Parts: sequence; structure tokens; C-alpha cells
Amino acid sequence: MAVPTKEELRAALASRHGEEIQQKFEKASVAVCGAGGLGSNVSICLARAGVGRIKIIDFDTIEPSNLNRQQYTADQVGLPKAEAMAGNLHKINPYCQVEAHVMKITPENIPGLFDDVDIVMECFDNPVQKAILVNGVLENYPGKDLIAASGMAGMNSGNDIKTRKVARHFYLCGDTVSDVGAGLGLYSARVMICAAHEALKALQLIAGVED
Amino acid sequence: MIKINGKETAFTGGNLTSYLKAAGYDLTRVATELNGDIVPKARYDETVLKDGDSLEVVSFVGGGR
Repeated sequence: MAVPTKEELRAALASRHGEEIQQKFEKASVAVCGAGGLGSNVSICLARAGVGRIKIIDFDTIEPSNLNRQQYTADQVGLPKAEAMAGNLHKINPYCQVEAHVMKITPENIPGLFDDVDIVMECFDNPVQKAILVNGVLENYPGKDLIAASGMAGMNSGNDIKTRKVARHFYLCGDTVSDVGAGLGLYSARVMICAAHEALKALQLIAGVED
Repeated sequence: MIKINGKETAFTGGNLTSYLKAAGYDLTRVATELNGDIVPKARYDETVLKDGDSLEVVSFVGGGR
């Protein structure tokens, strides 16, 4: 089987999503901050939907312990996550414009980092890093949609994971309490539920769909 | 009374930093909104909570990347 042409793949996506929504997906530009358990799954959801541009930002490399929940393959161990994910997304949707940035986000480099995206997605693991990104975006980009996550560790019910609108442009996904620092494990199924909540909220915002 | 994360709470005054510390929050892990606006971290000390305020505190836990 040959790789579908851009027109063929676009028509296929529009047949599933609807033409009007597909046009919105194509025009959208989303930053995914962190390409681990959350960010790898979020990126794949967005690329499969046909989101036009995805900016992946991550400073880390793939380790064997990531393979239980992060969307990489065993032969990618050692590669920078942002670049490996750009390659994986290209295989899924070669017409999605993916930018890989191998860098650490700090309070100093947040201004300017998100000028060219519609939505910022917080997909980090460290709670201090999460707070740095969320505060930085809320302070520097008050009108920009921000989707963050907190609480997806352990094996409690997936039904505890929810999406909450915290402020006009700020959404929080997760159960808000299950902390990996409390000795809970991380299991792909539950992390994926939280990632799917984040990705769905992004697609809703792009499509203009309210809950 | 002020509304904190949707619940009416008795509060006797003070700044945001003192409230968050007294409530047991780790200040490096939170983001706060007061009456719909983000409070920059640098202004926590000077932000005084008043009767009728509505405060949202988001405290992050680990896991995800």
C-alpha cells in the first residue's frame, strides 16, 4: 500500500470529522510541552485529527522505563523525545507540520515561546515544572487557551479523571490528587485517559464545541 | 467570608502567601486566580484577601511526562 497523498488523507479525515471541523483542525497550531506519557499521547491524538501544526517541546531522551506508557518504540531508546515524536507523527500523518524543540522551558524563556500557537498544552511530570509553565502562560499569555494536567498516577478508577474549567482560558485535567511522588506507579491506561482528556479539550476548543 | 475553590470560607484577613502557607500548600506547586485574574507569583505577598473575594488555587501533583 502506498502512502495516501495529502488530498487523499485530507478527504479521509474530513469524511470522519466533517468538512467544517476539518478546516478548523488544519488551521490550528498547538504547543505540546513535554513529550512523555501525556505529551506523546496528546501529540498522536492531535496529529491523527489532522491538526495543522504541532510544536513539541521536551529536553529529555527516551529511557527503557518510559516504554510502559510513552508512545515510543524500543529502538528509539536514547533519542531526544521531541525529535523521536516528530518522526512518529510524520509516520502517522506526513502532512502535519511538526516542530521539535529539544529544550527546557524556564520562566525566562516562556515570553515569546507561544506567540505562534493557538493552544498551549502542559504535559510535564514534575509538579514544580507544571506550576512554572502554567504561571508563565497565564501571566504572559492571558488570552491564550491553556490545558494542563494533574493527577493520573496509580490504578484508581479512570472515572475519577475529569476536565475542569478553572478560568476563562485555563482547563485542568486529571483526578487532581494521585501523586507519583506518593509512591504510586504510572500505568499507561490511566495516563492515556488523562492525555485523552487534554487532547479532547484541545479539539473541542479548535472546533468551537462546548461541553 | 471569601470563596476558595468554590467554597465559602471564613478568613480573617492577611495576604495570599500567608493564606496558602497556613492552608498547607507548597508555593512552588501552585497557580492562583483571584476574582478571575491570575495572581503573578511575585505579587503573592502584596495581594491582600478581602471579604467577598473569590480565590481559585490549583495545586499540581506529579506524574505525566
